[in-house]
Amino acid sequence: MNTRTRPASATAKRSRLDPEPLPRRDWIGISAVAAAAGSLLFALLGILRLPKPAVFASPSKTFNVTLPEGLALGQPYIPPGRAVMLVRDEEGVFALSTVCTHLGCLVRPAPDGYECPCHGSRFAPDGAILKGPAPRGLPWLQIDGSGGTYLVDEGVEVPVGTRASL
Amino acid sequence: MADSERSGLGVFFANLKEAPQRVLRSLFRSGPPATDRSRSSFVFDNVFLHIHAVRTHRWSLRWATTWGLGVASAAAFLIALATGVLLMFYYKPYPEVAYDSIKDIHFVVPTGRFIRNLHRWAANVMVVVVFLHMARTFYTAGYRSPREFNWLIGLGLLVTTLGLSFTGYLLPWDQLAYWAITIGANIAQSPQELTDAVGITEYFDPGGLQRELLLGSDVVGADALIRFYLLHVMVLPLLFVALLAAHIWRVRKDGGLARPADADDRLGPPPPDTYPVFTETPQKTYHLAAIVEGRTPAVDQSPENTVPSMPHLFYAEMGVLMVTLLVCLLLALSFDAPLKELANPMVPENPAKAPWYFLGLQELVAYSAFMGGVGIPTLVIIGLGLIPYLDRETRGTGEWFGGPGGGRLVWHSTVIGLAAAVGIAAFAIYFGWLREWFPDIPQLVITFVNPGTILAAFYAAYSLYLVRRYNSTRAGALGLFTCFLCGFVVLTVIGWYFRGPNWDFYWSPADWPAH
Repeated sequence: MNTRTRPASATAKRSRLDPEPLPRRDWIGISAVAAAAGSLLFALLGILRLPKPAVFASPSKTFNVTLPEGLALGQPYIPPGRAVMLVRDEEGVFALSTVCTHLGCLVRPAPDGYECPCHGSRFAPDGAILKGPAPRGLPWLQIDGSGGTYLVDEGVEVPVGTRASL
Repeated sequence: MADSERSGLGVFFANLKEAPQRVLRSLFRSGPPATDRSRSSFVFDNVFLHIHAVRTHRWSLRWATTWGLGVASAAAFLIALATGVLLMFYYKPYPEVAYDSIKDIHFVVPTGRFIRNLHRWAANVMVVVVFLHMARTFYTAGYRSPREFNWLIGLGLLVTTLGLSFTGYLLPWDQLAYWAITIGANIAQSPQELTDAVGITEYFDPGGLQRELLLGSDVVGADALIRFYLLHVMVLPLLFVALLAAHIWRVRKDGGLARPADADDRLGPPPPDTYPVFTETPQKTYHLAAIVEGRTPAVDQSPENTVPSMPHLFYAEMGVLMVTLLVCLLLALSFDAPLKELANPMVPENPAKAPWYFLGLQELVAYSAFMGGVGIPTLVIIGLGLIPYLDRETRGTGEWFGGPGGGRLVWHSTVIGLAAAVGIAAFAIYFGWLREWFPDIPQLVITFVNPGTILAAFYAAYSLYLVRRYNSTRAGALGLFTCFLCGFVVLTVIGWYFRGPNWDFYWSPADWPAH
């Protein structure tokens, strides 16, 4: 740099090991580093896009189920291989998820509702929560059909009280 | 000269004859480590050894300074690394065959059972020793300036160690693995407890994203297994090695291990066979200070209490490695690594217990998934990371329980920490918690007011009281660290021994109902 254009006092104090904080010629270097950092950040976002699956390879969540003959009122029926239970009461048939809302263990029917084996959450027969640590009740699931055969969608939660006709 | 007289073939055979000697000389360039000079070359001519300093202070070599814990955890990692590579010859990371391949390793593969046991025990030993190493560094105030950053690297190593263990837990694809990972993945999802409570999960769902990235699906299946496998054998080990190299190298750059200011006086004069660093007054001094920032072992103190790292430090490290190997061998020969039934997604284990070092957290998630699994651990990590930046004192550096209050304070904190943890756990076990008293209470209240958060808040308040009483941040840190250690132990013991089916409390596993 041309030192003669600067005041003598500004240059005199500086040594080779204590240079001017930001010489003008470094501006190009700094913008190059910033551009490189920006590009790498963008590339990183692109890389993170890959591990987020676009589709889930899990089995279909929709299935048909026929209630067994002579299923008592209020007695839950769990179709084989599904994390769902169907319950028949006076008003109709509803489907409850058996996946505990706490940490995903499967609840089991107990004398007065359902209980979770992992951390002891308890639920009422309609899925309402009785004892923690589950943060909320068991989700009600979409159910269609009548006359003993129903179409259940595990993936769709419906408002509490949604029943299919008997 | 001679070459010109000899035929080309003669030169060729002469060189061939010399070749073995020349290979050896190029391999061991500095000759046998016999003198101080060649011992120094031995270290800094070697890319692997030179992350250590050439000379080591005698204080660092006392057993009571470190108990060899850092080297022992690195040794356990090396054992797990070697056995892990061997297991990869036979292990197949697909749900249909993963369990069978572990069974093959256990029952069919020559030495497979022994290698698997060794891998498992090395991993467990590593977790124990890493915790002890952190406690040693904390209680000797080894994290203080200029070693703050190395304390942070150490925290990174702790988290990576736990990550390595946890990802390895899924690979056998048995019942234990499957349900532990189901619980783990749902803990990753548990920020939904907060976002649900304020009703924004639909728009902003970090918990769901974490779970999705971890499992690669919405269920624990083939995608989850391959991801955990990738993390376990590739991503986390690479990260661990990188952090470990930086960790050990920083010990050297920070001037060796922390020691008291008067360490030289306490050690007394060096043994007679120790050569001083400078046998003659140097004729020249080099002003490295202008380009090398930070400390070297010799800054601010006499270098005369250092000894060559080769052999003093390296022989000690070799000894620790052999002891670690012996402990792992004995454990592997005595106790088999467990393998339960094949994973069954329809039947949860009851009780489904996490690996022992996560049982304290499992005890906490039994009150609130988010606070126990994410909130409190995050706060603890942040708190641990802040310690060296808040404690800027110098009293007691390099001494066990050094600082205001000292061992007495640690003893009191142990009693208080144990009593508080046992007290709040007993209360919750005996009387239940808010959800049982008021079934309709908003979850947000329980998330923030549960035995875990109350215990953490009590510890924090006690620590602030200590800061005020002793007029020292170090005193508060001593109290807080001790309390959290006690809480961790109490909760782990409860989760490990006193919890049975449905996570109910039992005085002994013999009282468990038939199930």
